[in-house]
Amino acid sequence: MGMDFLTSAPIVLISFLSVLCIVVDALTPKSERITFYFAGFSMLAAMLMAAFTMPNTGTAFNGMITTGGVATFFDILFCMGGLLTLFAARPYILRENVEHDEFYTLILYAVAGMMVIAHAHNLLITFIGIEIMSVSFYVLAGYFRSNTKSVESALKYFLLGAFATGFLVFGMSFLYGSTGTLDYTVMANNIQSGMINFPMLLSVGTGLLIVGLSFKMAAFPFHQWVPDVYEGAPTVVTGFMSTAGKAASVSALMPIAYAIIGESGHQVAGLLAIIAAGTMLVGNISAVVQQNIKRMLAYSSVAHAGYILMGFVANNEKGMTGIVYYVTAYLFMQLGAFVLVSLIERNIDKQLELRDYAGLSKKHPVIAALMAFFMFSLAGIPPMAGFFGKYYLFIAAIESGYTWLTIVAVISSMISVYFYIGLVVQMYFKDAEGEGIDAHQPGLAGLTLTVATFFVIALGIMPSTVEQIARSFFK
Amino acid sequence: MGELGYLAVLSSLFVPLVGTLAVGFIDRNQKKAIQWTTLVFSLISFVLSLPLLTSFNLSDSGFQFEINKVWIASLGVGFHLGVDGMSALLVVLTTLIMPIAIFSSFDAINKREKEYYAMLLFLQFGMTGVFLALDTFLFYVFWELILIPMYFLIGIWGGQDRIYAAVKFFLYTVVGSLLMLVAIVWLGYYAQQNAGGFTADIVKLREIAPTIPSHIQQWMFLAFALSFCIKVPLFPLHTWLPDAHVQAPTAGSVILAGILLKLGTYGLIRFNLELFPQASVTFAPILSTLAVIGIIYGALVAIVQTDVKKLVAYSSVSHLGFVVLGIFSMNQEGVQGAIIQMINHGLSTPMLFLCVGVIYERRHTRDISEFGGLTSVMPRFCVLFAIAMFASVGLPGLNGFVGEYLTLVGAFQSPYLHSWWYAILSATGVIFAAVYLLWMFQRVMFGTNDNPKNHSLQDVTRNEMATLIPLVILIVWLGVYPQSFMKYSAQSTKSVVEKIHKHHQGTMQASR
Repeated sequence: MGMDFLTSAPIVLISFLSVLCIVVDALTPKSERITFYFAGFSMLAAMLMAAFTMPNTGTAFNGMITTGGVATFFDILFCMGGLLTLFAARPYILRENVEHDEFYTLILYAVAGMMVIAHAHNLLITFIGIEIMSVSFYVLAGYFRSNTKSVESALKYFLLGAFATGFLVFGMSFLYGSTGTLDYTVMANNIQSGMINFPMLLSVGTGLLIVGLSFKMAAFPFHQWVPDVYEGAPTVVTGFMSTAGKAASVSALMPIAYAIIGESGHQVAGLLAIIAAGTMLVGNISAVVQQNIKRMLAYSSVAHAGYILMGFVANNEKGMTGIVYYVTAYLFMQLGAFVLVSLIERNIDKQLELRDYAGLSKKHPVIAALMAFFMFSLAGIPPMAGFFGKYYLFIAAIESGYTWLTIVAVISSMISVYFYIGLVVQMYFKDAEGEGIDAHQPGLAGLTLTVATFFVIALGIMPSTVEQIARSFFK
Repeated sequence: MGELGYLAVLSSLFVPLVGTLAVGFIDRNQKKAIQWTTLVFSLISFVLSLPLLTSFNLSDSGFQFEINKVWIASLGVGFHLGVDGMSALLVVLTTLIMPIAIFSSFDAINKREKEYYAMLLFLQFGMTGVFLALDTFLFYVFWELILIPMYFLIGIWGGQDRIYAAVKFFLYTVVGSLLMLVAIVWLGYYAQQNAGGFTADIVKLREIAPTIPSHIQQWMFLAFALSFCIKVPLFPLHTWLPDAHVQAPTAGSVILAGILLKLGTYGLIRFNLELFPQASVTFAPILSTLAVIGIIYGALVAIVQTDVKKLVAYSSVSHLGFVVLGIFSMNQEGVQGAIIQMINHGLSTPMLFLCVGVIYERRHTRDISEFGGLTSVMPRFCVLFAIAMFASVGLPGLNGFVGEYLTLVGAFQSPYLHSWWYAILSATGVIFAAVYLLWMFQRVMFGTNDNPKNHSLQDVTRNEMATLIPLVILIVWLGVYPQSFMKYSAQSTKSVVEKIHKHHQGTMQASR
């Protein structure tokens, strides 16, 4: 038992610290600064712990939790996302005069929930993790409580999210009914050896699980909540939800894909392929007509879920590696883009139209250049990180015989180029009407942008670093 | 001597990149410093690239000065650079055209100089990379890298409809290249299935790819060909070119015509011919037919243009048709002719665009009807313009003639085209070229100078001379003694042609 605490140190630590964070918060008046630093250091500590425990692969606490391996890689990713969000969020909420210490606590909670998801080795733990994360998100989305859009966003997210969670639990109960267990390894063994009751129940359960996770991941046809929620939520929070949040849902699907889908064969892969194709096409085509930059990025985030799903369709070593790589690259480029949006945004929901960005490159050359840089990366133009992610997933899909899916992905990438460079057209080629817009001083957000830029370049030029680590998990 | 070649490979690639960064550190108000730094870097890369030719081993048909470092081990991707005769010529053409394009912008570009010159050097980095890359992945990275600076060059410093032209250019190219990406991935996958490991290395793929079953080879061929034919541009994929040319600043047009279009024809030889010999034989008649249509169509459309720049742009469509025709003749004359025609077009068309730039700078219009009788006020310009024009027409003694002649001979004798009509019809393109160029020249330069705005035009300045004279020298040199350039690509062309022949014989016997 003592060893269990050591090997699962990151998750133990973050759970303990996030509970402690509330206590600290309650005991100290006017504690925004303290909470900010507390949350930051908690994530930093968890990140270090995750790095240390990465080689100790195994399970802990009676097989409830996996330790080491890809789970710890995701830990690092979530903590990184959390930290970057924290840095960008502080100047943002200070500007809007709504700094409360709960904000930082909630981000810490969300990260803790995500880490629980990544470490889950049991459907129940996955469920608990998803709930911790989602509830934090519901509150964060409605954080600007005097803004109706933000409140609407929170309510919508909460109602639909709760509905999706229902599907998730329902699916889990079916799986339990069929296999008699909630443990991933046992479940996989039972399915493989045919020790299941009512095979029908298994398929229905898997289907319901996919529905629930598709919702969390913002995949077609369960993506309709995304634009409204992403538009209404505070911009930095949107960045956090759409990157780390998506990565967390992906990490939830990962063991399920390995244990259940891997065994029940081609049917589910075909279903996922259709979902992936639909997600990519619908996301990108809808993004083309958006006028609001947050909505555009929301639809683009839907599309990226589709690319990630390609890895699950392939469901082989390359596919899984590709997913881990893609999620990493995506985290930095999408978060970077949202942080830039938050710098330009005024009074919560002004200056968010694409045409507001006209002539930005003249007034704010650095911000415009960074935005263009993230857009090119999202569009998958080499040598930025986004390109290699796509390349890898294409290889995975072709290797498992899904050439048609790769072609769909290519076509949707072509469509996506149109709207990503559309923003560049506004910033560089159009002239501003009148004065042009002002951007805020980045302050701490500058740190976020520097780190994100660094990783987008580094991952693009030296992809093999992360790729080798990721591949070692799936040998 | 060999070491110099390696140095040339590295420096012609990385000097422009270092230059981009250097320009980035100069204050944006120091315009002179920015201009001269850029020019110096491009001149350095030109000088350092020359050993590619001087140290070149003429009897070797393979790649030389190869540098190969593992990049992504699990995918067999390497940072693999090297040249054969064709790419050595094209790299030096690139490093030659760039200083000229940069110098010609000194007076013409008056806004956001810092970004402009950084973009130019970055563009050079990408283009040299494409010619040097011996790895499909690396090739693709450079191929896409070019898009970004070119897109900004057209979009920021272009003319009236620049946004439309920039977006059109970007979308056309991306559509083609993404399908190529799928084909690149598929090739690596095929190597994993049949040759024991995922690879992107072109040298290895040259051995593996021709063994792909022919029905799949055809799909691969088409995926690559689409991307390259858009870039060439081959009829009917050419519509982005006139827009891009007309809207781009002069230096942009010079680079576009001088180098960028060659990326497409280079790709056709490097990938389509070398990797898919069987499919090349299958598709040769179709692509040659399109090339012939392009030759005639481009020429006919050029005749009716009222905008000088658009006229030159359409003449590119026509001239590049000869290159494609030569490539798909797939014999020694044809492919050699295509390569030399690439170099020719890379010298004479930039010169034409520079000449158009000269009159545009003075009058800010390119409408032919606005001009007339310029000879009387610009005598020196008349001579230079005439040389460029005759080179483009294909007058014997100047460079254009050699390439066109060889490609026509190639098409005539090609064992894969089975018809004289390709050569005969394309030969009319030469005649049409004389029509549209001479007629344009006559309307602009001769006649009476009756437009008062043209009465006091300044003759070519010393700066403009500096950009035009080097091209004149090369145009004459190539026209009089083409062998000094053709010798570089002779061996590699020979091996390509023989390889196609061998595979063709193989399939003929198999079908018998």
